[in-house]
Amino acid sequence: MTVIESAVARISAEDTSKPEFLGVFARPKATQTGIKNWLSTVDHKKIGIMYGAASLFFFVIGGVAALLIRIQLAAPDGKLLSGSTYSTVFTMHGTVMVFLVVMPMGAAFANYLLPLQIGARDVAFPRINAFSFWVFLSGGIMLNTSWFLGGGPDGGWFNYAPNNGIIFSPSTGIDFWNASLLIVGLGSLTGAVNLITTVLNMRAPGMSLMRMPVFVWMTLVTQFLLLFAIPILTVAQILLLMDRTFDAHFFNPEQGADPLMWQHLFWIFGHPEVYLMILPAFGIVSEVIPAFARKPIFGYPFMVFSGIAIGFMGWGVWAHHMFASGIGPLSVTAFSVATMFIAVPTGVKVLNWIATLWGGKLILNTAMLFSIGLVTQFTIGGLSGVSHALAPADSQQTDTYYIVAHFHYVLFGGALFGFIAGLYFWWPKAFGYKMSETLGKWNFWLMVLGFNVTFGPMHILGLQGMPRRMQSYSEVQGFAFWNAIASLGSFILAFSVLLLLINMFRSHSQWKNAGKPDVGADPWDGRTIEWSIQSPAPEHNFDVTPTVDSLDDFWYKKYAQNEEGRLVQVATGEELAQPGNGEGVHLPAPSNWPIRLAFSLPVVGYALIYSLWFLIPGIFLVLVCLYGWALEPADDLDLDHGHNDDDHSLAQTVEENTASISGGVSDE
Amino acid sequence: MSETAVLDDNAREEDELVVDHSGDSGEHHDDGHHSSLGISNTKLAMWLFLGSECLLFGALISTYLLSKANFMTQVLAGNPKVLATLTKLKEVAPEKYEEILEEGSVEPLFDILFTSASSFILLMSSLTMVLSHKAVSEADYRASRIWLGATALLGSIFIAGQVYEFTVFYNEGIYFNKNLFGSAFYTLTGFHGVHVTVGIIMLASLLIMSMRGKLNQDRAETVEIVGLYWHFVDIVWVLIFTIVYLIP
Repeated sequence: MTVIESAVARISAEDTSKPEFLGVFARPKATQTGIKNWLSTVDHKKIGIMYGAASLFFFVIGGVAALLIRIQLAAPDGKLLSGSTYSTVFTMHGTVMVFLVVMPMGAAFANYLLPLQIGARDVAFPRINAFSFWVFLSGGIMLNTSWFLGGGPDGGWFNYAPNNGIIFSPSTGIDFWNASLLIVGLGSLTGAVNLITTVLNMRAPGMSLMRMPVFVWMTLVTQFLLLFAIPILTVAQILLLMDRTFDAHFFNPEQGADPLMWQHLFWIFGHPEVYLMILPAFGIVSEVIPAFARKPIFGYPFMVFSGIAIGFMGWGVWAHHMFASGIGPLSVTAFSVATMFIAVPTGVKVLNWIATLWGGKLILNTAMLFSIGLVTQFTIGGLSGVSHALAPADSQQTDTYYIVAHFHYVLFGGALFGFIAGLYFWWPKAFGYKMSETLGKWNFWLMVLGFNVTFGPMHILGLQGMPRRMQSYSEVQGFAFWNAIASLGSFILAFSVLLLLINMFRSHSQWKNAGKPDVGADPWDGRTIEWSIQSPAPEHNFDVTPTVDSLDDFWYKKYAQNEEGRLVQVATGEELAQPGNGEGVHLPAPSNWPIRLAFSLPVVGYALIYSLWFLIPGIFLVLVCLYGWALEPADDLDLDHGHNDDDHSLAQTVEENTASISGGVSDE
Repeated sequence: MSETAVLDDNAREEDELVVDHSGDSGEHHDDGHHSSLGISNTKLAMWLFLGSECLLFGALISTYLLSKANFMTQVLAGNPKVLATLTKLKEVAPEKYEEILEEGSVEPLFDILFTSASSFILLMSSLTMVLSHKAVSEADYRASRIWLGATALLGSIFIAGQVYEFTVFYNEGIYFNKNLFGSAFYTLTGFHGVHVTVGIIMLASLLIMSMRGKLNQDRAETVEIVGLYWHFVDIVWVLIFTIVYLIP
């Protein structure tokens, strides 16, 4: 250990006098362009866009898996997939959608928007932010290589013991699941630390906690859930790793172990997990609905505190996933009651959205339609969720298609509808043009149609008794009709997703052909401060750190009350918008170490699966990257890095505002 | 020299987003940062990370307790497969084997006196850690190096004690993959051992920085943050020692 350290120290000692020595220790140039710029970027906006692009890519993979499932089940006695392939396909569908689509999509919005909405220059730790993204990508790629390396995991996304043991699943699939999700989890953990620090510590002057947009609040709760939930999954996975790779006995009933321990660990992680998947989408629609209802969000404090309440109560309901596992009547009662209670804060949110819509001057564009879509579809999913809280009913429904219908209504109808609303809403801020409304409305209505035709019938199938994870069924079981309908719907749904992707590219080429007209800083007449900067957002975000005076600060700078108490416009968004002049602003220099470290971790992962000898180069590589990271100069040495006179304007602004910061904090 | 100074200046801001540059010589660098809560980003991040670690160790301790209880139930029920995993103990230390069967507890396996001593050594390392932080913040760099070295040394002695203890258990036939208790015990204590080792690496890195003159007064917070981690690892050991060794 010390040998490596002193070697690294020696290298860096020479590095101190000669920055060019050993190219790896020089910091990449901020001026480099093209792909290199993206690979080494530490800009939260670029990282957010990459998160979004990667999760859309994985969305296509997960979607193809879903279509394979629906083709297999379209008619009785499906022959497309063998039993073991079918297990792999539904496991990968679930795992990819949860860990590589919904969670990173939330991270995409969080990364892009958090600093913009709280008036910060970037996140607290830009390099760690880049690492979080790359490690998610490297883990996601590693998981998907299992398709080609002896078959994917086949234990379901929840991967119950003892079915996940070496006896019942001897292929390397579950080892891939384990190792790659450990790596992905590392990204979630570092991301959580980073984003919480950013929200708590880097708010603009005047941006007190109760002036933060609801999206920031929901993301903060989400990141706290991640911070505390991920380590529990990590422990479960490490125990499983010990069992599978090192012959430990944690889940081996022969040695007296209780395999139910896996279920407890998994769902103590897993239930906060479902809330951390939905809360970012709740945050997004809480931004979109007020913007297009032309009203402030109804009951802002209730929105905030119901989100926090969901965050807390999410920890006390995990065993409702286990009513059929024999946990005893007292536990069943307690978790049943707790589960009914958690519907209350969720219901508060739904009521608040409806109350925000009530009496508003509704602008029904695509973003708004998707938001209303979330409110309606999620409510259906929420109601079927309450029916799971009733333990006697749940004992009948559990492991049937009724459950499948429920969680697709909350995850697709909830989370994904919210994310797509967010895509349409913030697209002009990120890329400088709006997506087509015509295609967008086709996208929306086809998605609503396809979604309900796919997942609606699953309620009926579940109540008829069709089990989940069933590879095929026979004619006499009477499941054929609704399965055929669901499969039909899944193709409508897939087509609507295709329309979304087409819209992104087609709108771009139309915008380009029209000579790239400026969409303006504030295309929607928005409420929050991210609309007060140019579109696409300049690399330095704000020219001058904004000072925030109220909730929906940007709106109240545009509109003021006249003598009769009516709101009148006093300025347009374009008049107030910052010109996007980043002169003298110091930005963190790009770095290659996050991507290097992130892609050296799968080496360790593959070593755990194939041969422990590869741990030696793997761990060595990780250590080199860690020290390379630590010893990297904080700036591009060629760049005049901000200790110059131009910078004083900003420094002064910050100093001037220090007083108002402390004022803002004590307000809380 | 001038380039060294520039680099040093940069390194101070490592990983922390630089929002402002008041252009001062950096004497009160941390005060210069714009921070809503009044504590630096790195310190807040360490606290958050430690919060996450609480859940990690919480889950590990819970699974240890569950696994041990399940193991003991099987021992007392006379499950032949489980008893067969203790055959070597029966040969090497028959009195321990008998005690386990009679009392339904693995406590006789532990050498409480030895582990108490090594626990005491680990706890004392928290004291030296505090002293090294105090020395750095008072610009007493020689003392800071001594206390940093002492902390790393005490941590290493603890790890050596753990290795010794593992060896004794191994010779008694309690392997990692022998039975459920072995798996749970080695995983929990091993995980803690890895945390201590990571701490020692961080302390060694600080020591090297200090010897190269890069750990000066205005970087005292770095020592404090490593200290936070170190104290956390110590506190977790107090819990593990109590739960694993002292509670029958």
